[in-house]
Amino acid sequence: MRVNFTVNGRRHEADDVWEGESLLYVLRERMGLPGSKNACEQGECGSCTVRLDGVPVCSCLVAAGQVEGREVVTVEGLADFAAHRSERHPGSGCAPGACGTALDEARRWEARPSSEESREGGELAPIQQAFIDAGAVQCGFCTPGLLVAADELLERNPEPSDADIREALSGNLCRCTGYEKILDAVRLAAARAEETV
Amino acid sequence: MGVTGNPTSINQGTRTKGGIGESTLRPDGILKVTGEFAYSSDMWHEDMLWGHTLRSTVAHAEIVSIDTSEALATSGVYAVLTYDDLPTSVKNYGLEIQDTPVLAHGKVRHHGEPVALVAADHPETARRAAAKIRIDYRELPVITDEASATAPDAILVHEGRDDHHAGHVPHPNIVHRQPIVRGDADAAAARADVVVSGEYVFGMQDQAFLGPESGLAVPAEDGGVDLYVATQWLHSDLRQIAPVLGLPEDKVRMTLSGVGGAFGGREDLSMQIHACLLALRTGKPVKIVYNRFESFFGHVHRHPAKLWYEHGATRDGKLTHMKCRIVLDGGAYASASPAVVGNASSLSVGPYVIDDVDIEAIALYTNNPPCGAMRGFGAVQACFAYEAQMDKLATELGMDPVEFRQLNAMEQGTLLPTGQVVDSPAPVAELLRRVKARPLPPERQWEVAGEQADVRALPGGLSNTTHGEGVVRGIGYAVGLKNVGFSEGFDDYSTARVRMEVIAGEPVATVHTAMAEVGQGGVTVHAQIARTELGVAQVTIHPADTRVGSAGSTSASRQTYVTGGAVKHSCEAVREKVLEMGRRKFGTYHPAWATAELLLESGKVVTDGGEVLADLVDVLEDEAIDIELEWRHRPTEAFDLRTGQGNGHVQYSFAAHRAVVEVDTELGLVKVIELACAQDVGKALNPLSVEGQIQGGTIQGMGIAVMEEIVVDPKTAKVRNPSFTDYLLPTILDTPTIPVDVLELADDHAPYGLRGIGEAPTLSSTPAVLAAIRNATGLELNRTPVRPEHLTGT
Repeated sequence: MRVNFTVNGRRHEADDVWEGESLLYVLRERMGLPGSKNACEQGECGSCTVRLDGVPVCSCLVAAGQVEGREVVTVEGLADFAAHRSERHPGSGCAPGACGTALDEARRWEARPSSEESREGGELAPIQQAFIDAGAVQCGFCTPGLLVAADELLERNPEPSDADIREALSGNLCRCTGYEKILDAVRLAAARAEETV
Repeated sequence: MGVTGNPTSINQGTRTKGGIGESTLRPDGILKVTGEFAYSSDMWHEDMLWGHTLRSTVAHAEIVSIDTSEALATSGVYAVLTYDDLPTSVKNYGLEIQDTPVLAHGKVRHHGEPVALVAADHPETARRAAAKIRIDYRELPVITDEASATAPDAILVHEGRDDHHAGHVPHPNIVHRQPIVRGDADAAAARADVVVSGEYVFGMQDQAFLGPESGLAVPAEDGGVDLYVATQWLHSDLRQIAPVLGLPEDKVRMTLSGVGGAFGGREDLSMQIHACLLALRTGKPVKIVYNRFESFFGHVHRHPAKLWYEHGATRDGKLTHMKCRIVLDGGAYASASPAVVGNASSLSVGPYVIDDVDIEAIALYTNNPPCGAMRGFGAVQACFAYEAQMDKLATELGMDPVEFRQLNAMEQGTLLPTGQVVDSPAPVAELLRRVKARPLPPERQWEVAGEQADVRALPGGLSNTTHGEGVVRGIGYAVGLKNVGFSEGFDDYSTARVRMEVIAGEPVATVHTAMAEVGQGGVTVHAQIARTELGVAQVTIHPADTRVGSAGSTSASRQTYVTGGAVKHSCEAVREKVLEMGRRKFGTYHPAWATAELLLESGKVVTDGGEVLADLVDVLEDEAIDIELEWRHRPTEAFDLRTGQGNGHVQYSFAAHRAVVEVDTELGLVKVIELACAQDVGKALNPLSVEGQIQGGTIQGMGIAVMEEIVVDPKTAKVRNPSFTDYLLPTILDTPTIPVDVLELADDHAPYGLRGIGEAPTLSSTPAVLAAIRNATGLELNRTPVRPEHLTGT
């Protein structure tokens, strides 16, 4: 079958998709976007977390056909997604009731190509920079999913308590860090956003 | 006691920015947060096929027949391989004993053993074709424990053993046995006022690295193969792969791909030979990626163990003797079992002074899943048991458990049961003091003024099982003893190639090693060492591959010590060369070239007084210095097979934990509130990474205390829970806060005084949590992990 959907702001078309393929497989193997990781294929580990029409989902549990006509944001598009949101809502958060990115706005936004040369000054989303600075990255396999989930948390809750962070990220397994530095990273991103408001 | 150790061994070159001792950031950090870092499962090649492994559905059986015809006839299938297709007479591999078949021959010995391989144009096609392979098994009785392994009529898991342990083991179903005898335990027992004993059971833990086994093999025009793979030791893989393929080692070119964690689970081969076989057969690149289900069968696990211990003490709290017997289940193939036995026996005493001991450790061959390396490597199981014993003794003596441990704590100069002297700092009592002195976390943190309890802070969490009713708190302590580096006489060297040249008007160093970066941050540390030793700002880390000499394994907490040592050593040689060139060019301009001690700092040659003699750019001009050297730590010795005597280890590592838990005694649910750790790291080359290692190791220890266990059916030896749905890993909701207290007491034998750190926190975390649960509930709890039924008695 053929599937059309928007990934990181750009229209994509995948042909010869077998009906049993997941969104994760199509992203990784057909669209050249291997940033989303496959670690369990059961929705237990969260390594494949992407935004589907703004909602964080495990892309391994979404059939490719379900995504027809919809909007997907992966870790590869996170920096541009966050930059766009920041233009709309200065600071990383938003007013109650005005969270997220409206679909029509998302359609007007497009991720830049992600090659090394074209990344202007190594621009990262605040949550990405915070993960590096806080030491939240070791092997890094869980990182893409955690970043997408943590970015979504800060979008709807700019000042999360530790318990809020733990609850929001409880669907993302990390085997290296013991999670302390991940908590640090989310706290750091939230604190930096507060400083910039 | 001072916080830092011998300053003379650690003060060199710290003036160069980004050198050792700073929390510099990972060089692979940006790639990892943008999704661009290429893990082994992300490899792609034009015209690539997908490989799939068909695994046995039974644990122990003769293979009567294999019919691959229907699989081969499937559209999209390029090759189906079985044992009969192996190209040379070498059909087995193994880390120490080559007992593991590349593909099963005539017999399968454990559930999930590889039997056949398929290559196809789509992973699902490969999976479906593999399902069409018909295998007729004639099942055999399963050997699952010591009793069935050593029964008079026991089937031998491996017939006709001729490995180097076969001659000294009491039964062919015992892989290796290591006794250690020192003093006279029976005579010393007569002096004891109190004797406690216990039998302890340690469950089978999985490494559960998040990036499943995967890689890409690309056939080359010269008849060789290029293999991109996630592993812990490229050269060890190479040594095992090449003979099976019938290729010389230089025709199997290995490059390390991104590794999604390891923790011991990538020491053994998984898909490496399989992918190469399929690639060479089909002439096409072949990628194999395990899913999580297969990953549980694709690597060895931590040995489950039964441990029997007896300790005695005098009324005033001095340990008199220790006897123990440790039975490790090695499963169907040897893997690292012999070395795990060596560790379990030689570290079974823990960080205590006991002169009279009688120790025995064995590993069994059974039909259970093969077990081998996992973080802590034999020391973890022992620590769980001896720390429970320490608490029992303290209780019997009416002493505080921490004071009792401190009274018997080893220190620098202590003689171990192996006869080896601990010849570097051993601050066991101080580590315990530090975790104990820390303020306790507040009680009843779930209470929110004027609101309902925050269930996220309670046992059961979001399941909303209690609002504080039936919840009791407990506190427990533990401390452990781990070796660093490969032991027992192994030639544990590493190799580093360091190049220095001027690029775009700036001096640049390139560090090339075969070290497997598995997440631990070795690449960060190598760049720091090069900056410190060579005074350059720019350091390039060359991808790890087999074009440079072996780095040894990313295991045994050894890489910062050994490959870090190799990088330092090669940098020193490069520095000498630079100074030689400088003397030649500029020596006549300043007397200090001949007389002063010279350093490289901030791109310049300077005297130890700080006077600048020359710019590195001017010294080097267009010349490149390129040096590859091996480096070795002090040699170790084998343990005597009868007495266990020998200087078997190169360094020791110590950590202590205090666990605070809250237990819902009605439902048997445990919430670990805090796991405070104090560890001596010798010298923290990168303090941020050190904390990350300690916290990560701590949580892996907590996992086996309260959640994680591979459950094997004792009747069939089949794995019951090979998935992340059924094998429970700690999530961020399950984990406590982990305050870390780092000591830096230099080991003068080690580069910069550093101590290997990765494993020690995994040892003491588990028994500390168990002690806290015992403290909360009053239950004996001789098994880990603790499950709800153990706490409720239901």
